Amino acid sequence: MPNLEQLRQDFPELHQSMNDERLAYLDNAATSLKPVAVIKRLTTFYQHENANVHRGTYQLSFNATKQYERAREIICHFISARDSHEIVFTRGTTEGLNLVASTYGEQNIQPGDEIVITIAEHHSNLIPWQQLALRKRAILKYINLTSNGEVDLDDAKRKITAKTKIVAVTHVSNVLGNVSPVKELAELAHKNGAIIVVDGAQAVCHIPVDVQALGADFYAFSGHKMLGPTGIGVLYGKKVLLEQMSPYQFGGEMIEDVQLENSEWAQVPQKFEAGTPNIAGAVGLATAVEYLERLGMEKVQARDEELMAYLLPRLVSTSGVKVYGSTDPKQHIGVISFNINALHPHDVATALDMEGVAVRAGHHCAEPLVHSLGVNSTVRASLAFYNNFADCDQLIKAIEETKEFFNGGAR
Amino acid sequence: MGLDKLNQLYRAVILDHASNPHHHYVVPDATNEKTLHNTTCGDTINLSLRLDSNGTITDIGFTGEGCTISQASASMLTDVMLGKSRDEGLAIAKIFSDLAIGKEHSAKEVKLLGDAQVLTEIMEFPARIKCATLAWWAFQRALSDEPREEN
Repeated sequence: MPNLEQLRQDFPELHQSMNDERLAYLDNAATSLKPVAVIKRLTTFYQHENANVHRGTYQLSFNATKQYERAREIICHFISARDSHEIVFTRGTTEGLNLVASTYGEQNIQPGDEIVITIAEHHSNLIPWQQLALRKRAILKYINLTSNGEVDLDDAKRKITAKTKIVAVTHVSNVLGNVSPVKELAELAHKNGAIIVVDGAQAVCHIPVDVQALGADFYAFSGHKMLGPTGIGVLYGKKVLLEQMSPYQFGGEMIEDVQLENSEWAQVPQKFEAGTPNIAGAVGLATAVEYLERLGMEKVQARDEELMAYLLPRLVSTSGVKVYGSTDPKQHIGVISFNINALHPHDVATALDMEGVAVRAGHHCAEPLVHSLGVNSTVRASLAFYNNFADCDQLIKAIEETKEFFNGGAR
Repeated sequence: MGLDKLNQLYRAVILDHASNPHHHYVVPDATNEKTLHNTTCGDTINLSLRLDSNGTITDIGFTGEGCTISQASASMLTDVMLGKSRDEGLAIAKIFSDLAIGKEHSAKEVKLLGDAQVLTEIMEFPARIKCATLAWWAFQRALSDEPREEN
């Protein structure tokens, strides 16, 4: 990995002031910053290579198709899928999860069947299943967390039964930052004849992901949280499952043959990519993946851990600060949620913003989890490998000043 | 800039209202009520009030969870609205809502907001406008939605 200061030069957005203070961008779990390479790739594509894919008979279109399909190959390799046909381009994690619920779920869930998720799910991996269960008169069960915020495997063993058809779980929690035991849950699911759907939104940019080693049947993630553009995401699905599934949307690109009365669907993955796809997005995402691969995901992970090992103990020992989840930095993949005394997270986030620190405040689209922590909302600081110790120090200092401003948090 | 700018947002009067909110209760025998959520933070404001036969607000209160801004704003609203007629109340709430979306009103109209005038400075903090307006929207909805059904 190049030295950090060099690497930070790749991210122009870092080098600006916010409210007249140095910017400390600590909202990476919401969206990552973009390296120059990705920004340039988008520009070059639109300036010189833009054409529609899969249909044109001219060279420009052929080249655009080649770039788009090359992106699929690069992503296939990045997550260790077996075959690039298992990579479906989507708008993002949310669309990927909805796609599975609306196709596989719609086709395979019968009244009385069980869908098992965890209490830690982001709304995007909760509501599609909740609504599917309502439509099908199926039963939605929640796996509880241990007091440390980890997925309770004993509870999982009780909840996942022969009636279970789908298990859906986040790989890394967007609130607590801990890693779910996906492999164990996949084994449990498979032993009971169920499939497992994994929300990888918070994992792909922090840890090496091998969908085959995890045993994931589906794995969804977003481009914009891993240095890529917004509006592009990926759904990995085992080919044998994708082939059984009916289309998600209908239109151009996804058909083989259209008659007046009936149509035949294209092969996977085109079957799930109706309409002109986000071509530039896919190409830009491929550049983001190449950037991460050049750094090496092991090194990215080590850098994240180094930052977390610096920040977490400092936050924990700041008086008045309550950190949620584990006290082990390794169980905080990029994410720390906390509160300061009785201060409302929104008040805290505004105060931190005045000090140039960008954090998220709220329930982080995971209301059931945040309520299970006994609060309505938290402040969330989330790191990426391009953050540095100065960002962490700036957060701690801004917290001290925030406490002082609000008289120690006694509102 | 730093936290100095925060003084603009968190004036003493706001901190006072937030730490000792006025009319912090559910109005018994309320004729109108509305609960609204701030989806970004999960905060909730419940506003309840009693209209007499002349359409005068004879009691008004609020409950719920929220940040300093939203609690202070709700408290200030209850002070302003108590004793007003339904129509006066709605007119004042409209002034506040308008200011929140950048529309201008005369100084005389803004004065009708009482303590809540200070909240108009919130427009400098776009991320917090919803915190300030939640109670005012709840008030408008409480009076303009279908009458409460007993069940």
